[in-house]
Amino acid sequence: MAQFLKGETGDWEIVIGLEVHAQVSSEAKLFSSAATKFGAEPNSQVSLVDAAMPGMLPVINKECVRQAIKTGLGINAKINLFSVFDRKNYFYPDLPQGYQISQFKQPIVGEGFLEIEVSDGVKKIGIERLHLEQDAGKSMHDQHPTKSFIDLNRSGVALMEIVSKPDIRSGEEAGAYVKKLRSIVRYLGTCDGNMQEGSLRCDVNVSVRKPGEELGTRCEIKNVNSIRFVQQAIEYEARRQIEMIEDGHSINQETRLFDPNKGETRSMRSKEEAHDYRYFPDPDLLPLKFDDALVQAIASDMPELPDAKRTRFIEEYELSEADATLLVEERETAEFYEKMAVGRDKKLSANWLGTELFGALNKEGLSLAESPITAESLGRLMEIISDGTISGRIAKDVFVDMFESGEDALDIVERKGLTQISDAGAISELVESVISDNASKVAEFRNGKDKLFGFFVGQVMKKSQGKANPKLVNDLLKDKLG
Amino acid sequence: MSSILDLDLASAKSALQKKEVSAVELTETYLNVMSSNDHLNCYITSTPERALDMASKSDDRINSGDALPLDGIPIGIKDLFCTDGVLTTAGSHILNGFIPTYDSTVTENLWENGAVMLGKCNMDEFAMGSANTTSYFGAVENPWRSDDRQKTPLVPGGSSGGSASAVASRLALAATGTDTGGSIRQPGSFCGIVGLKPTYGRCSRWGTIAFASSLDQAGPLTRTVRDAAIMLKAMAGHDPKDSTSANLQVPDFESALTNDVRGLRIGVPREYLLDGMPSEIEKLLETGIEMLRTAGATIVDVSMPHTKFALPTYYIIAPAEASSNLARYDGVRYGLRIEGDNLDDMYEKTRSVGFGAEVKRRILIGTYVLSAGYYDAYYLKAQRVRSLIKQDFDLVFDNVDVLLTPTAPSDAFAIGENDDDPIKMYLNDIFTVPASLAGVPAISVPVGLSKNKLPLGLQIIGKMFDEELVLRVGGALEGMAGFKSRPAGGA
Repeated sequence: MAQFLKGETGDWEIVIGLEVHAQVSSEAKLFSSAATKFGAEPNSQVSLVDAAMPGMLPVINKECVRQAIKTGLGINAKINLFSVFDRKNYFYPDLPQGYQISQFKQPIVGEGFLEIEVSDGVKKIGIERLHLEQDAGKSMHDQHPTKSFIDLNRSGVALMEIVSKPDIRSGEEAGAYVKKLRSIVRYLGTCDGNMQEGSLRCDVNVSVRKPGEELGTRCEIKNVNSIRFVQQAIEYEARRQIEMIEDGHSINQETRLFDPNKGETRSMRSKEEAHDYRYFPDPDLLPLKFDDALVQAIASDMPELPDAKRTRFIEEYELSEADATLLVEERETAEFYEKMAVGRDKKLSANWLGTELFGALNKEGLSLAESPITAESLGRLMEIISDGTISGRIAKDVFVDMFESGEDALDIVERKGLTQISDAGAISELVESVISDNASKVAEFRNGKDKLFGFFVGQVMKKSQGKANPKLVNDLLKDKLG
Repeated sequence: MSSILDLDLASAKSALQKKEVSAVELTETYLNVMSSNDHLNCYITSTPERALDMASKSDDRINSGDALPLDGIPIGIKDLFCTDGVLTTAGSHILNGFIPTYDSTVTENLWENGAVMLGKCNMDEFAMGSANTTSYFGAVENPWRSDDRQKTPLVPGGSSGGSASAVASRLALAATGTDTGGSIRQPGSFCGIVGLKPTYGRCSRWGTIAFASSLDQAGPLTRTVRDAAIMLKAMAGHDPKDSTSANLQVPDFESALTNDVRGLRIGVPREYLLDGMPSEIEKLLETGIEMLRTAGATIVDVSMPHTKFALPTYYIIAPAEASSNLARYDGVRYGLRIEGDNLDDMYEKTRSVGFGAEVKRRILIGTYVLSAGYYDAYYLKAQRVRSLIKQDFDLVFDNVDVLLTPTAPSDAFAIGENDDDPIKMYLNDIFTVPASLAGVPAISVPVGLSKNKLPLGLQIIGKMFDEELVLRVGGALEGMAGFKSRPAGGA
């Protein structure tokens, strides 16, 4: 099970805990009615509350509370009917209040877990808690030679901080954990999971120890914003710590930054320099209380989550674990797949979606939502492959046409006369003609050069403009050459 | 001319509606006496143009028969309430030049009731003080003078000192104040007027600059208990923009003023009689007890054992909240900024110059009691004691209807007298702080004069949201005390 890193003194175990900050999908901010759209003009989505004007007061946005409950249910967690908002005090220009409203001692969501699929099987990762908090604004230091600019659009936007237990043991597991969490929040519609835009960010806690020993001193790597970087940061940091210890140094508890350009982490501030945040319950807000009926109402409205969907795909559609895992990662993919595959060949559909459509989309830099081919339309292509109307090879050409024009498969087939020739008589004629045109090759074949069989198949297909049923071509060729 | 100034709010309201006087006339009269009494320093900003404009609109409504409850009533607004388009300072340099684009809910309510704004009243910086000597805009003078030191200017009390002095000096018909630990009631007592701290949550805090969020409560300073009832009705109400605002109907407080105290049980907590307290305060309490007993109330000796912890508890919780509430004054977005070599330097310079000594002291105390390693011993323990103090009130109100106590442990003192002894200054709040910590309503009513011929008030404390009974008993006490003395200064 456990993957150890080899050091000079033997095996080392990496212990990882992740704090994921997921921006809540909501129209308005956590405590104000300002909009939350990404990419708006700087400071165009700022209310008096977000700018911390004198006398302003926060009022909780119920939608954000619902989203947090929903996410808590999605990670199999205990929902706390009573929770408290605290102030986390520190000075920074992009934190207008001089404190962040967060939840410290009593979060809205307690312990839960999620399951990840890694190379050696399924692993359960514990979740410590999920709490709601405000995001800060953004400081921009590159807009003016001597001044920093502040954009408060993000100030006050709702975040869910989801804290894992230190159950993660490798970069691979960390990657799978973030992927799974991202998949769940996207299924739930509680966070768009967009790591480039910063909707999902990770703080990574890493320590190393000799297997079976006490936990080592951890370092926290702040604000890592891609799954690849999470893995790189862990690998670098674990190596660094092992080398430090093996060189006779001890690890200082500190906050570090990951530099994606150099692929390394570097010290940001030590434990001694850490802020004293002076948490205390925010007196502007009453404790957050709701009843179980609200939780039940949200629970009854949950979509099927990736794990359940994956199991169903394997059982109902007889897909391989690998195919099912791939298809359920994104809700949109799974929905597209089900729409295209219902009443059609499931395995064929999985292959075409996974290979052809995603291949074409990636090449064009398009998302599934932007696909020129609809699920229904791709499904009909599956139908005419399965019923023999066209061959798989022709289907690939038809697909290219469909992708370019958005036209329906059958229309293309009819317009271009691509219907497969499955008339044995017609194919026989083609076979005869190929045999008589290539007498010397036929002789070679009959003398044992088996490899030439493919050549004859190719010739027949060419003569049929690719429309001949390949199975019939094979059978008839074998028959006539035999 | 002085006859107009003699009208209290209720009488002025009636005179205005009977068109015996116009709103503009009344407002002009007040604006005139305001400008001839600048030395009292009651106002940081006066708003004569706005006042006359508002008054003329009031006249239009009165003349067309659509008079609003407070139409044409000229009032002062403590400079802690944000006012749209009018400089708002909280008595601090740090808000240098700050002109809000919004009105606080309380002032908005008052304007919607037709009230006329004379200006923004001076106050202790960020409402931190009990003498109105911490204002960046200078100390406020009490219009009263002590018999033995006629030349010595006295403090009006604080923090709503400008509001209290303005009402006592007749530079406003009424004024808004805020009370965090006694900031309405103690200046009310020092200035010989009525000061009402409503139940926490009765008036919205939205748009009122925060000192200590769990304690701050707006209320009126007025010449009579009836005026306080009328003002509170206009100021109060549920506000969805304040999560701590009570979602309750606002009663017609004025109709509660029956003067009938027969059969009421009035508790006198023995813990409010302090060793070393001037005997005149004790005598005043005796007077109050006697009056209420004569009027048919039953006086009950009660005990509230945690009273002695109220002041230290308050001076942990209030500074803790303040240290966080005042973090937003950082020179980045509004108010004062003193440029520095780097960000930290700018913060340091701005806040060093912008805040006065008392505010700095409380920020330091508050930061300390919330610090890692001290939080449990100070802040958390103070919160526990606060619960016990609340429990004292809950228990005592099972037995009595209201409590009667002195408002302050002394009469008004000289400006500068206690400035270098913060503890002595903090002791001013000893009788007012417990009700603030419990959140219950309390009123100070002028009842008598000290031996130096300075006003002294008594405090009626009631149950949560029972302002009606507080006002009723306050009104009865006012009637029996018949306090008619007037200060030497003012209009």
